[in-house]
Amino acid sequence: MDFNFTEEQTMLRDSLSRYLANTYDFDTRQKTVRDGKGWNPAVWTAFAEELGILCAPFSEAHGGLGGGAVENMVVMEELGRAIVLEPYLNTVVIGGGALKAVGGAIADELIPGIIAGQVRIAFAAYEPQGRFHLNDVTTTLKGGQLNGHKAVVEGAAHATHLLVTARTGGGQRDTDGIALLLIPADSAGITRRDYLTVHGTSASEVYFENVAVGDAHVLAADALPLVERIVDEATVALCAEACGVLKVLHAQTLDYAKQRKQFGKAIGDFQVIQHRLVDMFMEVEQAVSMTMMATLKLDTPERAAAVSMAKAKVGKAAKFVGQNAVQIHGGIGITQELAVGHYFKRATLIENQFGSVDFHLSRYENLTLAA
Amino acid sequence: MDLNFSAADVAFREEVRAFIRDSYPQYLNDKIDEGEEMAKEDFLAWHKVLAAKGWIAPAWPTEYGGTGWTATQRYIWSEETARADCVRLMPFGLSMVGPVIYTFGTPEQKAKYLPRILSGEDWWCQGYSEPGSGSDLASLRTRAERFTGEDGKEYYRVNGQKTWTTMAQHADWGFFLVRTDPAAKMQEGISFLLIDMKTPGITVRPIITLGGEHEVNEVWLEDVIVPVENRVFHENKGWTCAKFLLAHERTGIAGVAASKRSVERIKQVARNTEDGGDPLLANPFFKRKIAELEVDLAALEYTELRTLAGESSGKGPGPESSLLKIKGTEIQQRLTELALEAAGTYGAPYFRSMGEGDNSFAVGPDSARRAAPVYFNMRKTSIYGGSNEIQRNIIAKMVLGL
Repeated sequence: MDFNFTEEQTMLRDSLSRYLANTYDFDTRQKTVRDGKGWNPAVWTAFAEELGILCAPFSEAHGGLGGGAVENMVVMEELGRAIVLEPYLNTVVIGGGALKAVGGAIADELIPGIIAGQVRIAFAAYEPQGRFHLNDVTTTLKGGQLNGHKAVVEGAAHATHLLVTARTGGGQRDTDGIALLLIPADSAGITRRDYLTVHGTSASEVYFENVAVGDAHVLAADALPLVERIVDEATVALCAEACGVLKVLHAQTLDYAKQRKQFGKAIGDFQVIQHRLVDMFMEVEQAVSMTMMATLKLDTPERAAAVSMAKAKVGKAAKFVGQNAVQIHGGIGITQELAVGHYFKRATLIENQFGSVDFHLSRYENLTLAA
Repeated sequence: MDLNFSAADVAFREEVRAFIRDSYPQYLNDKIDEGEEMAKEDFLAWHKVLAAKGWIAPAWPTEYGGTGWTATQRYIWSEETARADCVRLMPFGLSMVGPVIYTFGTPEQKAKYLPRILSGEDWWCQGYSEPGSGSDLASLRTRAERFTGEDGKEYYRVNGQKTWTTMAQHADWGFFLVRTDPAAKMQEGISFLLIDMKTPGITVRPIITLGGEHEVNEVWLEDVIVPVENRVFHENKGWTCAKFLLAHERTGIAGVAASKRSVERIKQVARNTEDGGDPLLANPFFKRKIAELEVDLAALEYTELRTLAGESSGKGPGPESSLLKIKGTEIQQRLTELALEAAGTYGAPYFRSMGEGDNSFAVGPDSARRAAPVYFNMRKTSIYGGSNEIQRNIIAKMVLGL
């Protein structure tokens, strides 16, 4: 057993951390949010060209660093610390994860494009009626034509490709008969309704109407197990992002409690505030532990149970730390003026992304607690 | 970063497992299951097997009798002893005063006390709390006055009262916090004394706790004469030893391996317990509580592993161990709640009233018999070793800088 980062992983973390501290301060981020596109293309180009982080989890043969889930964890935690809007999770972790898993010509073609910042992928799997259930798919692929509606597809508006689940057979919630497709985002027959999410990224309702899909675009038939694995990897990466968000929420709240004076002393002198901050600290530490645990179990038979345990714990931590950060800040915490409110918004969305606490506890129970 | 065990670790696990299978005194568990009173030699039976093997103090430095195991080997050891339901070793010598003596003691003190802790020859008890000094330990008032004896040697005369002294009824020796300078500021006038429990003037009186057990005692000290060479570290600097001991006590207090074993046992009970025609484990509310507990236990386990990794890279047990104490004891208590809930109405019978060791009067499932006494007993865990509120104060001050 070993819980240490390699030298390369430490360097990756430090260079990204330094870069974000210098170029991605809160005001700069908020300017991107106000621009209303949900991302800043110049930042993405810099990630690719100046920093080279988009290659972190890819093999050297594809021009990557030869890393994997641990590298994604390192990157995502730093992106969380700066509540970065740009689509590392969707493009590199999910899109890149799918391409790595299927391999072959399409991976050879598109992974170098991801690394160069030119290929951006949005994940169109969830549907309005399906909540968090990846098997609940009404979008159909029949006779080479794709029809259906995908919900809250983050980054679709600026994606070059869409990663889509579609039913080729079976009933609405059957676990087989689901294919995984990767299609150009500008294919004829795709329409979108774009909007911003509450924390400032862009997302879309995506509609497919007789979109022509050739065999070359089908990454895998009967792909649900693959999709679940990709989403598990993404869920762990999201947990890592949450760790970054929560560490900052805790640090900013601790700092505030030491500065803010009421009744003639710092509010951090009151034991009720001290113990609340300790409880937040313990939640953050345990979230970090669970993220590490699940990251290291991604390639084991315990993967799904470990990921659901981690997401359940991290989801609870996100709620507890986020809500108490706002509470301890008092009135200023509920305004748009301080960063803390924006971290709280990100933490809140993470709670339900890829499944709520209850969803993951149920999934864990179904996997391990048979009566 | 990886979670894999090396081939050497796997071989070590096999060795440990075989040793426990061949050497563990199994009669102890039968005795506990039957609710029989444990005699002093019962508590020491497993200790002596381990002492003979040289495995009694894995955490000690090798020069004093430690095993030299890696953090991973110690983790495997605690997992395997929990898996086999081995009785817990008394911590007072091995985990408390032993580390204080090898860290702060004189060569003579090390030579005199450490081998007898390892062998089990000396049973130790802890004289910390007083009736007026619980969480506010540094307010303790047991007084030690120094004087020169008729033989020309230096002594302390000790007067006062200690309480919650676990297993003092069996103890050969006690380590006591006493006030040697009443004029000094609270923490600064305290010394750390080793006292032979057979010294005239010591009275041990039982306190019976909610489960009906006699674990803890009051200890009265009246004109107890203690040689000055029984003081560890400097006079009036005993608080240094006291704090060191408390931090040491907290590591391992998480009890992860035992809690993992315990949750497996409760799941088994819940599979075999009927609830409206279905297994209790199929009850969605009970199942959810198990799931949440397992999630929290995994979070504790990996937090402890991260802490241990930090320790083996040179950081000693720090204030982070308070987190392990808080979360570990919360989980231990939740486990006893679930066991009592699973017992249902059969949590009510007080089985000691049925005649100890006599199965003919047993009612209800075996698993229910000790549920209530254990539930009551385990309320202690969030109070002892520095209450969980005090642990939060420690983190607030030492980690968060509040």
